[in-house]
Amino acid sequence: MSPSITDGSRVPRGTPARSTSSTNACQMCMPLGACLAFTGIEGTVPFLHGSQGCATYIRRYLISHFQEPMDIASSNVGEAATVFGGEANLRAGIANVTQVYRPQLIGVATTCLTETIGEDVRPMLARISAAAGGIEPEPGVAQPKLVHAPTPSFAGTHADGYQVAVAATVAALAEAGETSEVVALLPSIVSTEDLRHLREVADGFALPHSVLPDYSDRLDGVAIARYEKLPRGGTTLAEVAAAGHAKASITLGGLVTPGVQLAGEVLAKQFGVPALRLPLPIGIRLTDAFTDVLAELSGRPAPDWLVKERGRLVDAYIDGHKHVAERTAVVFGDEDLVLGLCVWLAEIGITPAVCATGGRSGKLVAEIDRLAPELTGKVRVLDDSDFQVIGDAADAVSPDLLIGHSKGYPIARRLGVPLVRVGLPIHDRVGAQRVRHLGYRGAQDLFDRVTNALVEQRQDKSPVGYAYV
Amino acid sequence: MVKVLAGRARQVARAGSGATIEMDCEKQSVSGSVSQRACTFCGSRVVLYPIADALHLVHGPIGCAVYTWDIRGALSSGPELHRLSFSTDLRERHVIFGGERQLEESLLELIERHSPRAAFVYVTCIIGVIGDDVNAICRVVAERTGIPVIPVQSEGFQGSKKQGYDAACTALMSLVGTGEATGISAHSVNILGDFNLAGEIWIITEYLRRMGVEVVANITGDGRVDDIRRAHGAALNLVQCSGSTTALALAMQKKYGIPYQNVSYFGIDDMAAALYAIAEHFKDPTMLARTRELVAEEIAAVLPVVQECRAGLEGKRAAIYVGGAFKAISLVKALRLLGMRTVLVGSQTGSPDDYQYLAELCDPGTVIVDDSNPAELSSFLAEEQVDLFVGGVKERPLAYKLGVAFCDHNHERKLPLEGFVGMANFAREVKASVCSPVWQFAPRHQVRAVQEQTCQEVAR
Repeated sequence: MSPSITDGSRVPRGTPARSTSSTNACQMCMPLGACLAFTGIEGTVPFLHGSQGCATYIRRYLISHFQEPMDIASSNVGEAATVFGGEANLRAGIANVTQVYRPQLIGVATTCLTETIGEDVRPMLARISAAAGGIEPEPGVAQPKLVHAPTPSFAGTHADGYQVAVAATVAALAEAGETSEVVALLPSIVSTEDLRHLREVADGFALPHSVLPDYSDRLDGVAIARYEKLPRGGTTLAEVAAAGHAKASITLGGLVTPGVQLAGEVLAKQFGVPALRLPLPIGIRLTDAFTDVLAELSGRPAPDWLVKERGRLVDAYIDGHKHVAERTAVVFGDEDLVLGLCVWLAEIGITPAVCATGGRSGKLVAEIDRLAPELTGKVRVLDDSDFQVIGDAADAVSPDLLIGHSKGYPIARRLGVPLVRVGLPIHDRVGAQRVRHLGYRGAQDLFDRVTNALVEQRQDKSPVGYAYV
Repeated sequence: MVKVLAGRARQVARAGSGATIEMDCEKQSVSGSVSQRACTFCGSRVVLYPIADALHLVHGPIGCAVYTWDIRGALSSGPELHRLSFSTDLRERHVIFGGERQLEESLLELIERHSPRAAFVYVTCIIGVIGDDVNAICRVVAERTGIPVIPVQSEGFQGSKKQGYDAACTALMSLVGTGEATGISAHSVNILGDFNLAGEIWIITEYLRRMGVEVVANITGDGRVDDIRRAHGAALNLVQCSGSTTALALAMQKKYGIPYQNVSYFGIDDMAAALYAIAEHFKDPTMLARTRELVAEEIAAVLPVVQECRAGLEGKRAAIYVGGAFKAISLVKALRLLGMRTVLVGSQTGSPDDYQYLAELCDPGTVIVDDSNPAELSSFLAEEQVDLFVGGVKERPLAYKLGVAFCDHNHERKLPLEGFVGMANFAREVKASVCSPVWQFAPRHQVRAVQEQTCQEVAR
């Protein structure tokens, strides 16, 4: 069957000696990932147990990317609560969120502060949600379910926080039962357009599925006439419950800091759901691997439209191959995205000379080597990296372009090369929600954008200035 | 009717109810209310951030540094060290064994790499909890490197931005007075509480130059460590953004006898009032004459723009929600000049006096809010049929989602809004959004159009 991610350690890690301090981080913090994940569950309010700033900073960061309202509640732990414990704040906060938002679920993520002072949140939530002695919502307001994701910033990256929250949600809310026909898709952080496309592809195979989490509606919503405190959309709690007796789970991506458990692993361990794991389907090879799995699980061949999309993509690769041949790129961002992009770049003839991430799974080198063996010896992989290190590495290879999120722009500007914006955060362009990365269609968009960036660069720098390239 | 949490009932009022409004403000946000406020760390970080030749090291896990990397539009005319994001990037092992060594090594490494004129160390939430003696490390590194290394007591949990402002002022006070203050004119000022967003402080310093006033230190927009060290030599402190730097002005008044004046550079009225107040302070008739000339010239240049924009804005309804109440006050006046009526005004950190002043300034019925949240703000936007929302990034999607025009008046903006020229920019920006043709497709306007049509039909 398809390639799955393994714990390969046959290649030495590529991390150079790094500074003690961090300069311009290439990651965000764990609670941000948790908030994003909780936003993908229907009727859920993300709630940070910590001081006020965490919620506000994360809101601002995500709002600037998605251009959508992003409500994150905070228990607003102050000086007294730091000394004496924050249960009263947590209780009052949950009661207020329940009253204002009437949520089905409140996803409580802990922060550096509450993890460091040793808050034992799970029993607190049990007390708060107890029938007697818990919070008392107004008549007619249902008591929301409460889930806890432990996400102190010092323990990992936003990508870890995201996975922790998804795993905590299924661990708390999935239910055993008679095995269904539904396959649970568990993608790592992707764009809202990607989430919609994943559903479309699974529908193409007529494969009953759930996507967990799915923030595509809440974080890329329509204009409205009347304010909705809790925007519609997201994976329903029924779908989360049903994941416990799914036919299988497919984790897409999932490179995490050692020790972080994935939802697919929880479903396998607690409920015996068969767990499949694939890299994010970026480019032809990795999308083929994904569609092969969908074909096998559904017992159906790929739909005609998908076969045609693949065919057009191959045609486009051929039409454009000379523009990209033997070019080099610096790729940076979340590990799962960087892995997918590197494997894709290899298949079109671009060498990702530097593959950098703030992630620290330690597996990125081995994964690139396994999935794109043609790159062996040609790429420098930087784990647990920051933009000081990435900038130095970029200087050393003089790349033709950068592929990554907005925070690499200062390097692109310095080097005078284009930056093709992908992933999160995109803070300096419109349309971050609509960036396609996944599937043949995503590869088509990426191919056009990367090729045109290189063509434009060559055209702009040409002394002749042909309008016919 | 907009529903307000019981714990916040006395943080919402309406102007024109006659009696004084008694806002229950300046208190910790209600848990779970989704406050638009940030934390103490944020307050310190925004005040000190524009000092361009200092190293700003965030001591803590990575998050706090990530979200404050190059986020302000605070420009520098020289070094740009402030635009980099430095963190000690604490990990699990530091939380267990302490982060002092990590801090010391980080400081030494970064000071060697960047040769800053001073270093600020921002203390985040967990530092006190894990027991790091930041003051001691700062002393040791200052001795070894020969530059001031200043701890900023900015643990986020202390409260809102206000506590952070005070911590920043304490840090600044440790620099003020450590430099040589000779050769400074009797007509000299420090500019406090202007952060040189989009180059705004250069607009103000140019006005001051034309008036014959010397600027000793910018605190902190386009700020330099050595200027701040000699700031005690100035004759007057100008305090804009009163929430953030009044504490510094008071401390300088007490220690060095420097008087201060509250000013606002937003809007034609307040800008002119600020310049006249400065001229009057120095009691110099020629300066006053120069100021009159300057104000007349500048107003003549921008009034046509204001008039032109006003044509499209007359009678429209505005909402304001910003960090500080002083800015809100200027905005009410500026919007009035554009023919607009403010129907909602609020701030994250206003004082009872600020809100009382707003209640008197605004038209009767105007909603006044302290430390509001998305649920309340969105409900008010719809209920008050607002045409324009003036706020920051967190307010923008609330406006856009409901089909309301928006003007960014927060520290991320890239358009100068201070000074007379800033009023022209503000007018153009507001007009560009309010008068955009896109609103015709917003569901809110379509609903309204249908309702109006129905009313007309019923009337017939």
